[in-house]
Amino acid sequence: MTAAAARPSVRWRETIARIVMILLLAFVIFGPLANLVLWGFAERWYFPNKLPQEFGLTFWARVFSPRGGALGSLGTSVAIACLTVLLTLSVAIPAGYALARLKLPARTLILLIFLLPQAVPNLPVYVNIARVFYELNLNGTILGVVLVHAAHGLVLAVWIASAAFAAIDVSLEEAARNMGASAWRCWTTVTLPIALPGLIASAIFVFLESLDEFTGTYFVGVPDVTTLPLLMFNASMGGNYQIASITAMLLLLPSIAFMLLVERFLKADVLAMIGR
Amino acid sequence: MNRRSWAGLALASPALAIVAVFFIGPLVMSAVLAVRGKDGGLTTEHFAKAFEYYSTDLAFSAAIVVLSTLGIGIVAIAIAGYLTLGEHPRTLAFLRWLYRWPLFIPFIVTAQVMRTFLAKNGMLNHVLIGSGLIEPLQAQSLLDWRGIVIAFIWKQAPFVTLLLAGAMAAIDRQHIEAARNLGASRLRVLFEIVLPQARRTLLVGLVLSFVAMLSVLSVPMMINPNSPTMLTVDIAYRINSHGDYAVANALCLMSLVLASFGAWFYLREAARKAQA
Repeated sequence: MTAAAARPSVRWRETIARIVMILLLAFVIFGPLANLVLWGFAERWYFPNKLPQEFGLTFWARVFSPRGGALGSLGTSVAIACLTVLLTLSVAIPAGYALARLKLPARTLILLIFLLPQAVPNLPVYVNIARVFYELNLNGTILGVVLVHAAHGLVLAVWIASAAFAAIDVSLEEAARNMGASAWRCWTTVTLPIALPGLIASAIFVFLESLDEFTGTYFVGVPDVTTLPLLMFNASMGGNYQIASITAMLLLLPSIAFMLLVERFLKADVLAMIGR
Repeated sequence: MNRRSWAGLALASPALAIVAVFFIGPLVMSAVLAVRGKDGGLTTEHFAKAFEYYSTDLAFSAAIVVLSTLGIGIVAIAIAGYLTLGEHPRTLAFLRWLYRWPLFIPFIVTAQVMRTFLAKNGMLNHVLIGSGLIEPLQAQSLLDWRGIVIAFIWKQAPFVTLLLAGAMAAIDRQHIEAARNLGASRLRVLFEIVLPQARRTLLVGLVLSFVAMLSVLSVPMMINPNSPTMLTVDIAYRINSHGDYAVANALCLMSLVLASFGAWFYLREAARKAQA
């Protein structure tokens, strides 16, 4: 550093290189997103025009009209995601607590079993589950899709919940118990409130995973369950880039909002315990 | 086993049951259907057929995923390395804010975004032409294997960077300061001191990305649906157009074998950790 400071020309070259690299990276990241937004507001855009010939909102009106299906798909997607969170957390909180606090035999093995759905390609599972669900009349039902999403989201929920419980200082609970609190009271007034930010983070992760999931819904949800990703896929494959881009933007909003918020819920002490 | 262990297992069992029924079961079924003949006996005919029709796609999938994983590794090391060793506070803050935008963007949205950005009349070509880097006649569509690789790197690199930067931040700063004071260049500090200590985290991130990319259906389907393409597209085609679960499951097992290379790396690393 001192050597560079002694030679201003080197420092200038470094500064320029740094700015160029950062601008390049910014283009790589925001260029594709900007392209998407342009398509969302393009009335007409034909080759070889660099920008749309006409901007407007007619496609937005079409997407949100009752026949466009966006509102219906949005409702379906949100309903599935909420049910998935409910189911996942109701089994992940006890499991996470057990993994963090109780002496479980084969604890590492159990952690690895929950990792399985993220560490093994999912396509074989979806293909065969769709076949079984078809015979059970679960194909094309919300319940079928929720079950598939829950199995996939469990690893995040269990691992984060376990980390959240493991990060709690046990002496706080012991203090409550020593002062005469019942086990249940200690759980509801000490353990759960402290673990809450981590549990909220895991709920948001599961919600987003479910909201964005495509492959499982594609196999299990057909033909009756149309979520936003499926609506987007159909529009894009049908060559309707405006509709596809608008639907994609609807899917982007929660993702980006969470990206900006994640650190508020997932503190470093919990992050450090994940997978331990 | 004492009472606490039984209580722990009881708490964890609902979550384990969901993973067992809706993930492990179908996975086993996939293996069974891939080798079961019409008469119920053991057969290799499905594999023979899968190889005959799709050996090119098998190689294509392997090449794409390996290439993308390498690309993700390089980008993650570069960005996380700069975040750890960079000395310009404003650049660091901006980079930290910038790199994670694609983190929670779903694969299917990434596919739609790249489908417009990398097309012949997409923004990438317009910018390259506008800046004089290429002639208008040289503009070409990148929507082939290159598009898939670019989409995968764009989507997965921030995830691995996040993990890697976290691991690098946890390294004792004294090691870095000592090497810098002895006159080691930042590049040398990165590769000889920082990276070896964060190796395991990098590996875990890369393995998870490797497996995730193997089971993504939307990206190859929307960017490069024509042959040669990835196995996931072939599996969906076998099922949707032929109802041929046998060959589809043989293809599924092939992608599982590809994924198990990743798992093997991970387990070897985990075993080393257990010994240490």
